Amino acid sequence: MRLRLTVNGEPRLIDGVGGDESLLSVLRRVLRLTGAKNACEQGECGACSVYLDGALVCACLVPAGQAAGTEVVTVEGLAARGELDPVQEAFVQAGAVQCGFCTPGLVMAVHDLLRRVGDPTDAQIREALAGNLCRCTGYQKIISAVQLAAGRVNGHHDG
Amino acid sequence: MATTTVSRTRGGVGEHTVRVDAAAKVSGAFQYASDLRADGMLCGATLRSPYPYARIRGIDATAAAALPGVHAVLLAADLPGRRTFGLNLDDQPVLADGLVRYHGEPVAVVAAETPEIAYEATTLIAVDWQPLPAVTDMAAALRPDAPRLHESGNVLRHVHIVHGAPDTAGADVWVDGYYETGVQDQAPLGPEAGLAVPADDGGVDLRVATQWLHADREQIASCLALPQALVRVSLAGVGGAFGSREDIHMQVHACLLALRTGRPVKMSFGREESFLGHVHRHPSRIWLRHGATRDGRLVTVKARLLFDGGAYASSSPAVLANAATFAAGPYEVPNARIEGTVVFTNNPPCGAMRGFGAPQVCFAYEAQMDRLAAALRLHPLELRLRNALRTGSVLPTGQVVTGSAPVRELIQWCAGAPMPVLEPPYARDQVHYPGGTGNVTHGEGLRVGVGYAVGFKNTAFSEGFDDSAAARVTLGLVGDAPVAEIHTAAAEVGQGLTTVLTQVARTELGVERVVVHTADTSVGNAGSTSASRQSMMAGGAVQAACRMVRDRLVARARDQQARDQQARDRRARDQLTRDQCAADGEPLPEPAELCDGLLLAAGVPVAKLTDLLAQAEPVAATAVYRHRPTTGFDDAGQGDIHAAFTFAAQRAVVEVDTELGVARVRHVAAAVDAGKVLNPVGFEGQIEGGTAQGLGLALMEELRVENGIVRNPSFTDYLVPTILDVPLVETHAVEQPDPGAPYGLKGVGEVPAVVSTAAIVAALRDATGRALNRAPVTADDLVGLRPPPASAGPPPVPDVPGQWPVPYYPHPQPAPGKG
Amino acid sequence: MDFVQPTTLTEALAARAALTDGLPVAGGTDVMVDLNLHRRSPPALIDLGRVPDLADISTQDGWLRLGPTVTYDRLMTVLRDDLPALALAARSIGSPQIRHRGTLGGNLGTASPAGDAHPPLLAAGAEIEVVSTTGTRRIAVTDFFVGPKRNALAPGELISAVHVPRARGPQQFAKVGPRNAMVVAVCSLALALHPDRLRVGTGIGSAGPVPLPATDAERFLEGVLSEGGLWEAPRPLDVAVRSRFADLVASAARPIDDVRGTAAYRVHALRVLAGRLLDRVWEGYEKAGPR
Repeated sequence: MRLRLTVNGEPRLIDGVGGDESLLSVLRRVLRLTGAKNACEQGECGACSVYLDGALVCACLVPAGQAAGTEVVTVEGLAARGELDPVQEAFVQAGAVQCGFCTPGLVMAVHDLLRRVGDPTDAQIREALAGNLCRCTGYQKIISAVQLAAGRVNGHHDG
Repeated sequence: MATTTVSRTRGGVGEHTVRVDAAAKVSGAFQYASDLRADGMLCGATLRSPYPYARIRGIDATAAAALPGVHAVLLAADLPGRRTFGLNLDDQPVLADGLVRYHGEPVAVVAAETPEIAYEATTLIAVDWQPLPAVTDMAAALRPDAPRLHESGNVLRHVHIVHGAPDTAGADVWVDGYYETGVQDQAPLGPEAGLAVPADDGGVDLRVATQWLHADREQIASCLALPQALVRVSLAGVGGAFGSREDIHMQVHACLLALRTGRPVKMSFGREESFLGHVHRHPSRIWLRHGATRDGRLVTVKARLLFDGGAYASSSPAVLANAATFAAGPYEVPNARIEGTVVFTNNPPCGAMRGFGAPQVCFAYEAQMDRLAAALRLHPLELRLRNALRTGSVLPTGQVVTGSAPVRELIQWCAGAPMPVLEPPYARDQVHYPGGTGNVTHGEGLRVGVGYAVGFKNTAFSEGFDDSAAARVTLGLVGDAPVAEIHTAAAEVGQGLTTVLTQVARTELGVERVVVHTADTSVGNAGSTSASRQSMMAGGAVQAACRMVRDRLVARARDQQARDQQARDRRARDQLTRDQCAADGEPLPEPAELCDGLLLAAGVPVAKLTDLLAQAEPVAATAVYRHRPTTGFDDAGQGDIHAAFTFAAQRAVVEVDTELGVARVRHVAAAVDAGKVLNPVGFEGQIEGGTAQGLGLALMEELRVENGIVRNPSFTDYLVPTILDVPLVETHAVEQPDPGAPYGLKGVGEVPAVVSTAAIVAALRDATGRALNRAPVTADDLVGLRPPPASAGPPPVPDVPGQWPVPYYPHPQPAPGKG
Repeated sequence: MDFVQPTTLTEALAARAALTDGLPVAGGTDVMVDLNLHRRSPPALIDLGRVPDLADISTQDGWLRLGPTVTYDRLMTVLRDDLPALALAARSIGSPQIRHRGTLGGNLGTASPAGDAHPPLLAAGAEIEVVSTTGTRRIAVTDFFVGPKRNALAPGELISAVHVPRARGPQQFAKVGPRNAMVVAVCSLALALHPDRLRVGTGIGSAGPVPLPATDAERFLEGVLSEGGLWEAPRPLDVAVRSRFADLVASAARPIDDVRGTAAYRVHALRVLAGRLLDRVWEGYEKAGPR
């Protein structure tokens, strides 16, 4: 099947997409955007989180055909002109990255949280990130990164 | 070591430094093994055994090979070299050779144009199976009538430690206990993957997510009948390891397929295959008897350990030895008898996982200490303080603790750490209750519990293993700026080694710009990234190489000074030749150090680094670091087994909905014997992450193996802690430098995972009043629906000779006691 | 595999009729797991995501009409007042990523015994509207589930709507899992008071081959409330009532031991949850009375 969609602002036309293929597979296999990770194939880990028409989704659970005509944003699309997004910068500064395999998905989930809730409480952070497994950090530095990014996103301090 | 260097060059040892790979990882640019690709690449897939124990009467791969797009279907007979591999013993078939011994054992491998075709081909391979009665219980494996799974029998290793007079020493109070732990999985987020590319010279280049490049190379070369020089292994991005990548998984398969097809071959596991394709933490059964005087002095510890090694050896011999040496805990015990046995069964093979035998025994001995304290009417921490190890203490193996051992300081910090302020029940965000948005409690049934645990773990390889790490350091100019390059074979698996090595080079060489090359086998063996050892081993090697570089720069400066002197002399007297002058150069005053782009001699700048580097080639040096030697066990289980120890203590606070058996850990206070913290954020990350994995074993993580079949190989049913499960961990470093280690550091990667399971289960006992002698604890346990596992008593000690592993070692090396 | 993308219900039904083994897909959160893990390979996927009518929520005569492709995310935000138990259940499902995609109709179509939306629909007395090229019928939710992962849909039928009476009294939902988030239910329970009808509704999840109503418990509590005049003049319930109700809920379960929990625990937990949910809804009713 032929798929037409916008990925990170660029229109894309992709041929030879399988009817049972996931959006994640199309991103990684065809578009070579490997930022979204394949870690569980069943929506349990969040490592493949992307925006699909603005909604945070697990790309592994989206049939590629459903992405026709949509706008997809992956972690590669967050950094504008080579400058890290404030969420990405906060992950770097807070030490929220270890092996980093969960990081692209978590960066997307935190980005999604902070555009909905400017200064999230601990409860809001945990509920929003419940679907992103991290095996290395114990999540503490990730929560620090959210708090750091919240300050930055809202201009509370310049960090 | 001059402290001035540390303070002047930014990002050195001990400083908060941003990870060198963080920017690439947050932007999605960092390339993990599963992200690799190559032109003309084929995809590999593996057919695995659906049976725990079965004979293969025949395999018909005709249909699979005939599927369009399939390039190779390979079986055991296609291996040109040795058909088995293994870390401690060469006993594990690369591909099943007529017999499978566990569910998930590789039987055949396929290379095809796409992963889908490769998968489909595996479904077309017809195997004529003859299932056999499987041995799936570790105690049953010891029975004389049990099927023998290997020629050597079912006893993989037996260790017997006798210390003092354990059978005659009297005690005022005795406490007997029985404990069990389940199978934990490392569950790294990045599944196994690698890309093998055939080379023109007949060899193969493999990029793979691994923990030990040289061990991979040795096993690949042996199985492919290639000289080691023709197998070049380099590290691909690693998505976590925790022990799971220490054994071979797809390395030989991918290289074999690449050589046979003449095409690059990528293999990338899915989650289910990852669970089936790597070793796990050993399940254990532990019987303990503690005797103490009325005033709370330990007199005797008797221990019988039974570990299920699964179908093949992996690193089980070393895991068992570790468990046995730690079975009495971080306490002075004058009399001990510790008997440990690891057996073969038809369960999945077990091997290395963070803690390496120590978490299982810590769970057991710390439960005993709490019960003993209760019997003696002592506070649990008071009993521990009275018996805590210190420098100079003697372990049950006879080994004297020579390094720092601030066990009392760790305990006292936990005792004094402020308790968390919990929001009151009936007035919280639902997210903060046990069960979270499952909405099970609004405060009903809640009880708080507090528990403590103290434990320890060795750093680096043990039992006389010749443990070393090599590093090459080059200092040169890029443009006008001095740049240090580090090249090792030490694997960065996510823990932050690359950053630590960068910090070491900054501190030693006084330069800010450091490049760490991709780890590969073109430099010397660095050993495994495991056993909490790489900061010490690779860090020590980089430190030594940097100091060799510095010494060469000192010589260069001395030559320069001599030439300058000669020039002055020539102008003055015009007598001496240049060569004589150089040969007679005066030594520079000691100590020499590199700091902020200057070479200092006794604190006085004598040359600019850029000048020294501009006048000749870059300066390079290769160094090999070794820790102090260790020994194996003697006939009584005595020996200088371990190189160094790290201690830790934790206090856990839990909240349990005692009616429903739903638990939530609310706070952990973690005190760690750090020696010297090299990177504060990285250090905290290790403690927080290790604690989370210990929490998993305490409350939810168990690979369920029923009759040899893995029942839950997915993230839906093998549960790892989410952000709602892991509480705030407050970390405190006790920094007492370990003499003999670089900067006085200690390995800290494993020890939080050793103690946190024990601390959390102790807190659950406190909240519920139940025995809870099995980890992970289930809801049934917490509400009393399942009685504590009982034991009729330990199985008899196997009739095997001596302390060594029973099977014959094909290699001349001693048991690589790792961990 | 074909991927069919109808844009009207008529087209969808035509595709459903033509592709007998075609698999309808909405959010993909169940279907794609099966495809990714090679558990099934239907000849075609029929994407319902481009049929606008199927994503509507409307109200008529005190009944809500929920389109089958309404996501959990919308259920948990939009229905907080109108169907509180369903909103609570939706919030307990998975993660934001799953709730943005997973749908009510998908949950019914999959018909997993652990489907989280099912108990609230049972407790509320929902009816499932299904449609085919030959017509429309409504199935009581209690008749919809016929076995584990099996429902009452005939070949060629699609779920076109879920009809649920708007809540007139308090509703509650709770779900026990083996972890504090992201769980498949070990068991779950929904409880609704329907003062307008003088009825009590219950739904048990993940403790039987299908979601189950605790009918005896419902009748018992209705009896107590009616005989005591408590619908009209609510006052604290007797401890024995709470206990009896909890026992009756627990005895309605038909659980098995599986990898997520034991049968004994499920019965135990349902007893505990039944008492707690009764406390909560009755406290709410005492305070607010009927709506």
